[in-house]
Amino acid sequence: MKPIDKKWAWIGGLLLLAVLLVLPFLVKNYRVFQFNLVMVYAVAILGLNILTGFNGQISLGHGAFYAFGAYTAAILMDKMGMPYWGTLPIAFVVCFAFGFLIGFPALRLAGHYLALATFALALAVPQLLKYKQIEGITGGVQGIVLSKPEPPFSFRFLDQPFSADRWLYFFTLAVTALMFLIAWNLLRGRVGRALIAVRDHPIAATAMGINLPVFKSMTFGVSAAITGLAGALGAIVVAFVSPDSFTVNLSIFLLVGVVVGGLASIPGAIFGGIFIQFVPNIADEISKSAPAAIYGLVLIAFMYLLPMGVMGGIYKLWFRLRAKAPG
Amino acid sequence: MEALLYQVFSGLANGIIYGSVALALVMIYQATHHINFAQGEMATFSTFIAWWLMQEGWGYWAAFFITVGISFVGGLLVQRIVLRPIEKAPVLTNVIVFIGLLLIFNALAGMLFDHTIKSFASPFPKDSFLATKYFSAHQIGSAGVLLVVLFALFAFFRYTSVGLAMRAAAQNPDSAKLVGIRVSWMLGLGWGLAAAIGAVAGMMVAPIVFLDPNMMAGILLYGFAGALLGGIDNPLGAVFGGLLVGVLENLLGAYVIGTELKLTVALVLIVGTLTLRPDGLFGKKVVTRV
Amino acid sequence: MAKLFEAKKLCAFYGATQVLFDVDFSIEQGKITTILGANGAGKTTTLRALCQIVKTTGSMTLNAGNGDVQIVGKATDAVVRMGVAHVPDGRGTFTALSVEDNLRLGAYVRSDRDAVAKDMEHCFKLFPRLRERRTQQAGTLSGGEQQMLAISRALMLKPKLLLLDEPSFGLAPLIVAEIFRIMRQINEEDGVSMLLVEQNASLALNLAHHAYLLETGNVALSGPAEQIKNDESVRRAYLGY
Repeated sequence: MKPIDKKWAWIGGLLLLAVLLVLPFLVKNYRVFQFNLVMVYAVAILGLNILTGFNGQISLGHGAFYAFGAYTAAILMDKMGMPYWGTLPIAFVVCFAFGFLIGFPALRLAGHYLALATFALALAVPQLLKYKQIEGITGGVQGIVLSKPEPPFSFRFLDQPFSADRWLYFFTLAVTALMFLIAWNLLRGRVGRALIAVRDHPIAATAMGINLPVFKSMTFGVSAAITGLAGALGAIVVAFVSPDSFTVNLSIFLLVGVVVGGLASIPGAIFGGIFIQFVPNIADEISKSAPAAIYGLVLIAFMYLLPMGVMGGIYKLWFRLRAKAPG
Repeated sequence: MEALLYQVFSGLANGIIYGSVALALVMIYQATHHINFAQGEMATFSTFIAWWLMQEGWGYWAAFFITVGISFVGGLLVQRIVLRPIEKAPVLTNVIVFIGLLLIFNALAGMLFDHTIKSFASPFPKDSFLATKYFSAHQIGSAGVLLVVLFALFAFFRYTSVGLAMRAAAQNPDSAKLVGIRVSWMLGLGWGLAAAIGAVAGMMVAPIVFLDPNMMAGILLYGFAGALLGGIDNPLGAVFGGLLVGVLENLLGAYVIGTELKLTVALVLIVGTLTLRPDGLFGKKVVTRV
Repeated sequence: MAKLFEAKKLCAFYGATQVLFDVDFSIEQGKITTILGANGAGKTTTLRALCQIVKTTGSMTLNAGNGDVQIVGKATDAVVRMGVAHVPDGRGTFTALSVEDNLRLGAYVRSDRDAVAKDMEHCFKLFPRLRERRTQQAGTLSGGEQQMLAISRALMLKPKLLLLDEPSFGLAPLIVAEIFRIMRQINEEDGVSMLLVEQNASLALNLAHHAYLLETGNVALSGPAEQIKNDESVRRAYLGY
């Protein structure tokens, strides 16, 4: 990168950071809550993207991992009094284990069969969560009500109090940044290339020394872990879990987020998160079915016009502009 | 013993519906080698059309056949307009578009016909001569309708040249082109047939579970399980698969797991079949010599 | 002798890659024409171009009795309806369908049922082995039998022009000899015009009346088969024997 470019990159980055830090105090509490959800969804979409975008294993059931993560966090906080920040690593590990285990039968399923199996998983999860035998732990149909963590210190800034939602904003921002950093590092190097190699040329990948079954299961595990962590984070942010929050719609929305942001794009996950958080809010005003209609049209339109999502479109534009610029 | 028989027969009655959905799924799979995730929503939408026709004063059977006709044309159009351009695209693209169709049909049903639960007439009233000790009139009637559909399909594929052409186009599109078959239209035909079958399934189910936009979600899952169990490329197997799923659902629900985890049963059946016996119970193993 | 088919400045493309470059060739009514060449010369592509399975530019005209009809730009099924039957490389049989169903499909575009039934009888006379296996799944047939089935399927169209892509491929010499003998019989008795693509040059030159030699998408040589067969320098330079 030219020195001038680097300088602009630094300035841009610092500006962005400043905006992000001040943002929660510029808007109302409810808007902050929505921003928190955007970040949670972005992490969930990131997880799904690793599996489906980078590795080509189609999952229509990632809502299940999100739900497991959410319930893990909720149960740990509610029944065992664990502090909220402690639940995140545990949710990560638990969901990794689930994903890794599911990864093994998934090995034998390709393409639409895997989509079908994960679709079935997504459809079955709410019923499982309502199961009377485990009601003691899961809270059954009513779910589990949690309380939002209080911020560690209080102050006012720009005439807004440092509320629970604002504290959670910074907490979520930190966790999200961490997850994106981990994903970025993981996918940029050998692992990323291996993922894509396995997706596009599995036989050649094996010939190059990649242990296919272990690798694919690991990918499933990591993907589930990240989405599960997002679920745990979501439970903390929303302070409530119930079976009907995790229907098959969630899995479909995550897929929409991946498509909108861009398959195999890390920053795209943020666009995806923004999309699936705010579009239903706006569309709901038109009619109850409008969000579904918009998502359906978006999925089809993007496959036709923008198969690499918003990020893909931005890259294309960027390259076209650069090609025209002198020097 | 009485209770067991009741569970079995009730399971068979449900299984007929699952079998119809499985049949529609197999139809599209045979023609296009794709799994139509939108099948349930298309069937629901068709059923709404029938409901609307009856609201407008049409008699049951008139509404029935008009709906089947409209659904056939609709399925054909969906394939021609939405799916043909991505025929050669990767599986993921197709799956995403199917989910998109699922959402659109679901939304359309909600927007045009709203979300209140509606009752749907059965052409086989409770006190009809068809009712027996173990099966209601509607269940026997539905079974009859499904059998008629099955026979019609069997005859179509076995004895007509278009049916043969469809089978050829599904198995070997390149060779099919060389004998003058318009392969693209065969795919459209497959979709049309599947949509028509789905409409029949929807109209048979609606009197039992009542009509609302989310009517078919769970049933679709059982349809998948039935289709896989029977062999995803075998129409007759799909029907048997559906019946088997219906019976298993009831028996496992009554005696093993309890009735609350029925969808999990379907999930286990699907995953189990896919991993242990991917050809299903009756799937054809095609012999090819190198 | 009437020209059944003529290609002028034929170019063919796989996507953006051009494979045939301004190829000119013609086929005479009632004769067997062969296209020879090494791997990758474009022989199979020529047949595919004729059926419009690949993108083409240039001109290809077929005179099926009503004057010259342009093939370029038509859909594959339209070309089939003009009377062009293609036996693809690898046989292309419908392996999951019965032998009889395969034959029926060959006559898919025809509507004269009685004649179709007679033609099926004729195929069974030519290839008695197929009659024995008429209800068997085509995939269970041996390689040679599948080749017979593929040729029969093409004959069921009652074609004006029969295209054959490497019929000898992967078959034992005895079977190949039998198949080529029957091909000669079909040509001499039923007057079927043929375009034969073969890697086995000596087999092809023994059967054909006229030959073209393709080299990386260009016509390098053409002439009566007898002439090329007897020209040692040509044989050594181009055909390797």
